[in-house]
Amino acid sequence: MIMKRIFSFCLYLFSGITFLSFNSCESDPTPTGAGFSIEFDNVVGTKNLVLNGPSNVNSTGEDFVITKFNYFISNIKLTRANGTSYVVPQDSSYFLIMEENKESQFVKLKNVPVGDYTGVEFMVGVDSARSVSPVEKRKGVLDPGGSMEDGMYWAWNSGYIFMKLEGTSPAATSANSKFYYHIGLFGGYQTRTVNNTRVVKIDFAGQKATVSAEEIPEVHLLVDVLKIFDGPATRLSIAKYSSVMSQLPEKSQEIANNYSKMFSLDHIHN
Amino acid sequence: MEKIIKSLFSLNLPVLAAFLIMGISCSKSPETPEPEEEDKAPTPVVWKKPVNFPDPVYDMSRNPLTEEGIELGRFLFYDGILSRTNQIGCGTCHQQVAAFTHHGHELSHGVDDQLGTRNSPSIQNLAWYPSFFWDGGVHDLDLVPFNPIENPVEMGETVKNVITKLKNTPLSSAKKPVDYPKMFKKAFGTEEINSERMLKALSQFMLSMVSANSKYDFYVKGDVSAFNAQEKEGLGLFKCKCSTCHSGELFTDFSFRNNGLIPLKINDQGRGAVTGLDPDMYKFKVPSLRNVGLTAPYMHDGRYHSLEEVLDHYSDSVHKTTTLDPVFLKPDGKTGIVLTASEKQSIIAFLKTLNDEQFIQDARFSDPGVGTSF
Repeated sequence: MIMKRIFSFCLYLFSGITFLSFNSCESDPTPTGAGFSIEFDNVVGTKNLVLNGPSNVNSTGEDFVITKFNYFISNIKLTRANGTSYVVPQDSSYFLIMEENKESQFVKLKNVPVGDYTGVEFMVGVDSARSVSPVEKRKGVLDPGGSMEDGMYWAWNSGYIFMKLEGTSPAATSANSKFYYHIGLFGGYQTRTVNNTRVVKIDFAGQKATVSAEEIPEVHLLVDVLKIFDGPATRLSIAKYSSVMSQLPEKSQEIANNYSKMFSLDHIHN
Repeated sequence: MEKIIKSLFSLNLPVLAAFLIMGISCSKSPETPEPEEEDKAPTPVVWKKPVNFPDPVYDMSRNPLTEEGIELGRFLFYDGILSRTNQIGCGTCHQQVAAFTHHGHELSHGVDDQLGTRNSPSIQNLAWYPSFFWDGGVHDLDLVPFNPIENPVEMGETVKNVITKLKNTPLSSAKKPVDYPKMFKKAFGTEEINSERMLKALSQFMLSMVSANSKYDFYVKGDVSAFNAQEKEGLGLFKCKCSTCHSGELFTDFSFRNNGLIPLKINDQGRGAVTGLDPDMYKFKVPSLRNVGLTAPYMHDGRYHSLEEVLDHYSDSVHKTTTLDPVFLKPDGKTGIVLTASEKQSIIAFLKTLNDEQFIQDARFSDPGVGTSF
């Protein structure tokens, strides 16, 4: 009964406060800009990526068509020329980029302090701490029973799939001519396992993204799927590896190394 | 909050006054105030640790147990609505009479009678578990239900769709129509159904399932008359020959070990499949032995049908592979545990003292009328 009264009172109080003022929390001394936008534009070499679209050729010479391409971007940090940076608050720093969902390809950051930014850092995947966090910390794209599409979660080892690339290829050895690359593994909870989280740093190479009270800069990144097949670590052959998931940890590491190099700056709108 | 403000605006003054006095939630129509008890805060449950048990692993401060939360968890546990066919509940393969295993089933059959690959483990004393399933793939009880719900041969459903179905209850076509939005409100304060609430309710129910009233527990707490001579001898032998792995009051050290079972056709790699590490190949979790007399068949694939067969395995048929646990290696290079026939009988007599009749008859854990058993 007491709880109820307190609740009613709080409600009453809240409604009163609402009428009086909505601005009481804007006392932060750092001026906050209008926002910051990062576009993850998925491409295949020089061509735009089209799901179930035209055939492409990888560096091994294998034809392939992409049917699905999803990945997690998290732990975003915007860096400044003087070496300081703005770290996006942890709880607001998880994004699932899906080729089939245009909206998901625009990471929109709020509450970014006004200023010039000269680079961005982010993780591809979901960090180990969040991968073992309790269920109340798994909201939005991290909720395996909520808004997360396409099963970017392995229920059997409670780990997120960081990057999912699927497609068809005449080179594939599977019964349905499909290839499946599901890369996850966050380092393990009780037993140390492979850790495929990767941090990517993009330097704006002399350009600046300027956040002001009115302007939202848009950083346009290109994400080249061909790099997954041909990177510093390995040349990935669909014929040799039509499926890489959790049971080929060495190979999955090489693929993660490859895709950590698939991001590049195209241009910045200020 | 926006909703609350809007509701406040839409109310006329006398109703607003009534609203404040009664403290009813804004989602209810103001014309039909709910009876007082509807808005009762959930009743906290004091979870008691059995005196001979260690401290639990699950952090209950994150998910405080309440009567309403446990009751909701019990309904969810038994209700087939969790499956694609609305036929398979958790309780289908975890039956109370068999200490929440699938009685008599080597492997369990889920939706459309599809067979799984492992023997259904007992659901009891999960508050103490640092990991779940035979391979320990899941480390948090709250995340366990994703596994059976989304496994295509178990419940074949998605958690997302289960939530949608729960929101649309009560269903007049159901065996026993359950009003889940109402139950969620009782347990969590509002009718909102989301995965966190569903999982936490299931956890609350499973945390309440403590088995600590076996004959062994009476014996260990000081009633020496609880054991006969053979059971006492069995306990001594057990301590000598089995308790390296089946240690403590939970009768497991929760480690993963290769106990020398020859892999079957599907070549289940166990823990190795989760960690991807060669030293973990063919290792499975050491199971708790509480209620072991009630949970036949045995081993991760249910290959042994009696405790006699299990002990015969340990004495005579431990298969040597690179990851075989060293505990099974004898100085002469042979494998197994030295056990005579009468020692085996004594150990089995002791193991049966771990049966907890109160646990398997406790009405608090039984099917509220929504379940199916196949």
